[in-house]
Amino acid sequence: MSKQHVTTTVNGDPTEFLAAPGTTLLDALRDELGLTGAKEGCGSGDCGACSVVVDGRLVCSCLMLAPEAEGRRIETIEGMAQGGRLHPLQQKFLEHAALQCGFCTPGFLVAAKALLERNPDPDETEIRYWLAGNLCRCTGYDKIVRAVMDAAAEMRQVRRAS
Amino acid sequence: MTDVMDRPALRVVGERPIRPDGVDKVTGRAQFGADFNLPGMLVGKIKRSPHAHAKIVSIDTRKAKALAGVKAVVTAADFPDLASEEVEAGEAAGNLRDLSMNCMARDKALYEGHAVAAVAATSAAVADEALALIEVVYEVLPHVIDVEAAMAPDAPVLHEGLFTKGVEPKPTAPSNIAAVNKLGRGDLAEGFAQADVIVEARYTTKAVHQGYIEPHACIAQYGQDGQCLVWCSSQGQFMVRTYCAKILDLEAADIRVIPSEIGGGFGGKTTVYLEPLAIALSRQSGFPVKMVMTRDEVFRATGPTSGAVVEVKLGAKRDGTITAADVVLKYQAGAFPGSPVGAGSMTALACYDIANAAITGYDVVTNSPKVAAYRAPGAPISAFGMESAVDELARKLGMDPIAIREKNGVVSGVKAVYGPTLRDIAYKDTLEAIKSHPHYSIPLGPNQGRGLAAGFWFNIGGESTAAVRINDDGSAVVATGNPDIGGSRASMAMMAAEVLGLPIDQVRPVVADTASIGFSMLTGGSRVTFATGMAVVEAAKKVVEDLKQRAAQMWEVPADKVAWENGAAVCLDPEKPAAKPLSIAAIAARAGRTGGPITAEVGLNAQGAGPGFAVHLCDVEIDPETGHVTVLRYTAAQDVGKAIHPSYVEGQIQGGVAQGVGWALNEEYIFDAEGRMENPGFLDYRVPVASDLPMIDAILVETAPNPRHPFGAKGVGEVPIVPPLAAVANAVRDALGLRLTDLPLSPPRIRAALDARAK
Repeated sequence: MSKQHVTTTVNGDPTEFLAAPGTTLLDALRDELGLTGAKEGCGSGDCGACSVVVDGRLVCSCLMLAPEAEGRRIETIEGMAQGGRLHPLQQKFLEHAALQCGFCTPGFLVAAKALLERNPDPDETEIRYWLAGNLCRCTGYDKIVRAVMDAAAEMRQVRRAS
Repeated sequence: MTDVMDRPALRVVGERPIRPDGVDKVTGRAQFGADFNLPGMLVGKIKRSPHAHAKIVSIDTRKAKALAGVKAVVTAADFPDLASEEVEAGEAAGNLRDLSMNCMARDKALYEGHAVAAVAATSAAVADEALALIEVVYEVLPHVIDVEAAMAPDAPVLHEGLFTKGVEPKPTAPSNIAAVNKLGRGDLAEGFAQADVIVEARYTTKAVHQGYIEPHACIAQYGQDGQCLVWCSSQGQFMVRTYCAKILDLEAADIRVIPSEIGGGFGGKTTVYLEPLAIALSRQSGFPVKMVMTRDEVFRATGPTSGAVVEVKLGAKRDGTITAADVVLKYQAGAFPGSPVGAGSMTALACYDIANAAITGYDVVTNSPKVAAYRAPGAPISAFGMESAVDELARKLGMDPIAIREKNGVVSGVKAVYGPTLRDIAYKDTLEAIKSHPHYSIPLGPNQGRGLAAGFWFNIGGESTAAVRINDDGSAVVATGNPDIGGSRASMAMMAAEVLGLPIDQVRPVVADTASIGFSMLTGGSRVTFATGMAVVEAAKKVVEDLKQRAAQMWEVPADKVAWENGAAVCLDPEKPAAKPLSIAAIAARAGRTGGPITAEVGLNAQGAGPGFAVHLCDVEIDPETGHVTVLRYTAAQDVGKAIHPSYVEGQIQGGVAQGVGWALNEEYIFDAEGRMENPGFLDYRVPVASDLPMIDAILVETAPNPRHPFGAKGVGEVPIVPPLAAVANAVRDALGLRLTDLPLSPPRIRAALDARAK
């Protein structure tokens, strides 16, 4: 089947690509656009390693078809650090050693950012339930949850100060 | 080796710097197995057996080969028919012929998902179409997956040539029992005769998968000159090279393996599945071939670890002294011999000083994927039985679970049941760490219970190479041959920085390919920080000696008049009072005039890995309505020697606990009546998610540094998964008031137990 032309916005930039109708958004990001930060851990929406934000909504990019991205705004891990500066979540993941192998890390960061944009002051339980769609097999989640709490606290402080 | 450790103060080791590869991993830049592409690359895919046990009558690949876009099709006929040969690869030791036949079935498919053919095509869609066009005629055979069913005299036999090893006289008929191993000491009958109290029970565990989030992936490029490049995610690039060379009958020198980042392994990536196939497909097609497994394939064809039966009988005196232990272990090996029952046997009683003990282990082939190493292979299973039995014994004696372990626990100088004399261990301090932790005395509410369990793992050393190179500005590179699976680049850089006297951010660690560094055994056995760390320290010390030599030249003083302090050469010659300390940068700037590049590579075979002990404490609450078990609190203490980077040591402990909790509560391979896996995805094979777990308090016990390591490190990665199965089960026992002996303790099992009690 011939490929479709898709016009979209990725990390703020106008982007075009070609994709067969059955291609997932994840495959289009990785194979057409070279954005390999989103990972395929399962291909069935169970692990969250492919998490991206589409028009403000957290999605598993393995469950969305690439042509569905037409006209939408997509945010991926590659757009998280701005102007050479890490996002506070990225910084806190490093400081708290919240990653071991690092494979699930982009998905966790994208999901955690989506959480903090909705709820700047989540408690531990809210963080754990929000991140329940992201699997990590290395860390036992302890340091991830702490990093998110710490990043949230720092972001609240910055917001108050500004 | 204790010279470095005796330094008055450590600057870097024991601190918590940001890992050197961290930014790559939080920005999505790090390249894992599937993140790499080559021009002209083909997509490789595998046709797999739909049957758990079947004779392969014929494979017809003609239609597939004729399909436009298909560039190569391979079957077992494209691989040499190897002789049986044992290969040593640390924890991943195995038989070469079995390894080859596990990558590609020859004559028989031995489990559902067993590879029978592979194709390379210009797109995934064409490859899928080609797989459907391959015609395989099977003669379906009866199958057997349950370990005890496979041991039965009338069981379907997987391998006609398999005669049980370790029994005299040699059996006259083949069976699925690949080996029987026995170890022990003393007089079992006498030991039980001395006992006032005896407990006896049979415990079972199900096969569970390592569950790394990154599926296996590789690219192979076989050139017309016979030179082969492989990019892959594995626990050891040298392991991949060796196995590929042997399976394909190539020269090791013709294969260069470039390690990608690895997205988790836990032992499951200590072998090859895709790489030999990708090389064969590339050789046939003349193009690079990329292969990436789906999650379904990962479950059906890789890992897992054994399902098992563990029978434990313990006898003790009224004062708590264990007088006898009789342990029988029956482990699934999957399709080929080689379950971790040997390690399960050796670790089973390693926390206890018991005079009369016998352990019998059965290695049993079954129509399920060949088991792969999984974190402390074999030990969590035997510890589940032993630690549950000790809990029952303590209850029967009215003893505190720590008291009974203190009474019988091993100390330095004690000869372990499995043979060696234990030295420089801190098991009792680890028990004490839990006893004195506030968790141990927090009151419990209704439907809540508390469980304690201990665990042991050997840890290994082995062959490792490291190179330390000084750059022209005085910064340094540390190259090793071990994939960084959980932060080991940080510990390598830290140890080098400590010896050199450089700030950590001036030491850049890299994981080198097989052509760029000397041989190193794979990342496994909790060996990298210990063994490869030793190579790093030795190489850094050589560089320091070289730097001192250069400084002596620059000052024109004898070499013995130069000392190394705080990252600089200091002149001790009283005749040169004006000689100011020379930094590494100052010496490096003159390297061209003092002998050329400043570099050292050290290869060694590290011995004396200190064993690890862990004691875990778990609180659970059971919902009687649903049978759901919630883990309320978890505290894990571990004898770590000396933590190089404490955050990543804690991380190992927390991660091992999470995997163990999953094993205890939810994870299991479920097969249908035809022997097909029913839950090959993360929805139905349920690993713990963030909302399933509490914070996990990790206590690092550093009272017995390992004297064989320059900074006292012991392996830390594996022992954390040993106690959790029993810690959780003992907590469930405490909460329910009855003992459940079959894992996982999933809601249906708990409900069934509650219903049975109500009747």
